[in-house]
Amino acid sequence: MSVLLEVEHIEKSFEETKVLKDVSFSLNEGEVVSIIGSSGSGKTTLLRCLNFLETPDEGVIKVANEVLLDMKNPATLKESEIRKKRLRFGLVFQSFNLFPQYTALENVMLAKELLAKEQPEYKLRKKEIQEEIKALSVKLLQQMGLSERMNNYPHQLSGGQCQRVAIARALALRPDILCFDEPTSALDPELTGEVLRVIKELADQNTTMIIVTHEMAFARDVANKVIFMDDGVIVEQGDPKEVFENPKEERTKQFLARYKQG
Amino acid sequence: MELILEQMPIVLPALNAGFIQTLKLFLVTLVGALPLGLVIAFGAMSRFKPLSLLTKLVIWIVRGTPLMIQLLIIYYFPGLVLDNPIWGSGEKGRFLAASVAFVFNYACYFAEIYRGGIQSVPIGQEEAGLVLGMTKTQIFFRVKLLQMIKRIVPPVSNEIITLVKDTSLSRIIALQEVIWAGQAFMKGTQGISGAIWPLFFTAVYYLIFSGVLTVLLGKLEQKLEYFR
Repeated sequence: MSVLLEVEHIEKSFEETKVLKDVSFSLNEGEVVSIIGSSGSGKTTLLRCLNFLETPDEGVIKVANEVLLDMKNPATLKESEIRKKRLRFGLVFQSFNLFPQYTALENVMLAKELLAKEQPEYKLRKKEIQEEIKALSVKLLQQMGLSERMNNYPHQLSGGQCQRVAIARALALRPDILCFDEPTSALDPELTGEVLRVIKELADQNTTMIIVTHEMAFARDVANKVIFMDDGVIVEQGDPKEVFENPKEERTKQFLARYKQG
Repeated sequence: MELILEQMPIVLPALNAGFIQTLKLFLVTLVGALPLGLVIAFGAMSRFKPLSLLTKLVIWIVRGTPLMIQLLIIYYFPGLVLDNPIWGSGEKGRFLAASVAFVFNYACYFAEIYRGGIQSVPIGQEEAGLVLGMTKTQIFFRVKLLQMIKRIVPPVSNEIITLVKDTSLSRIIALQEVIWAGQAFMKGTQGISGAIWPLFFTAVYYLIFSGVLTVLLGKLEQKLEYFR
């Protein structure tokens, strides 16, 4: 299996606070990594750096051997390029961030349509391309179990349904790596299952994913690899079974013990 | 009562003519101030500090002083102090000066409403657009604009209803709007003098006009209720 993502020596500070300290990890194509750790450990900031919503102070991000970002090489920091590089990654937010004025289907289609409009052949095959995008979006929503909900607006959907629309919206752009930022944290407990189930299905289809989550059982179950972060550093990473059952580091043990107590 | 009915055929056309002038000032103000407000809002939100400070100073002065004084200064200052009557004479000059004062005053109020509207769209909307590969321009027009409009329609409607009545302030520079037309029958015109009822009756014009606007703006608000 080939390495798809390489993250090397990422550092990030906000004002005086160091949020990420020398964070490095890699991810193989088709694999899933779960990132666990308490609030404020830097998990979300790491995802935001990968999606170019934050710029790290130091470090390198490579996807399929292509250097997307190298803080030592200003040529990789050009604003105009960043937009394209972002498309390598998808991001599903904790709070969904669906566009309220569009239906579920329109939410999924919008970005894809705007990108298609930039293609030279768009004017020639406009109808055809739009049909293709619509068919793809419908298929994705069906896959998310939302066949009946496509024409509903976000405020007419439950949180779990909204999050599944958001997943379809991210998938529509076919990112190399799909990132989840605590996808179930904003949901009522009875709605987390339906979202976790679709993520599990994506994992079974070998979608490369990075999942930041507080759902420990899920993190363990879905991932090929677990990363435990604390205070901006990766304390421990490895096979989920190993990390959860035989953590080597004291901090990991303490964190997991706190979770078991509930 | 009999007298009023007798005077009505003379008074109504005069009030109607005055109301046309009121309506003109109202429309010119909206057409000018709605877009100008957006420019001022962007000025106030500019990351270039001198520009945003200057804009905020202007907004403070305009919103912090009575529109009536602004009208007086704008109309009389060039002619009486600078000896350069740029507005020209007669009703045309008065209308021009009143338009400038109203457009500028209302643009400042709209600017603050727009600013609130723009800043109230959650940052997550922009971030969602960014990670989907949209440009900032696409995000503004395709994602944020309608959400902004939805948020600003109620406060803008409020200002518009206020504007209906504020147009009467232009009476202070003798613009021949509906109040001026009603008052004329007190001093005496077209064979009627000492009649106060035409002045009181102008209130009916404002009431009907603001009523119509309330219904129309309410409809617009309703149209945007399909999303939350």
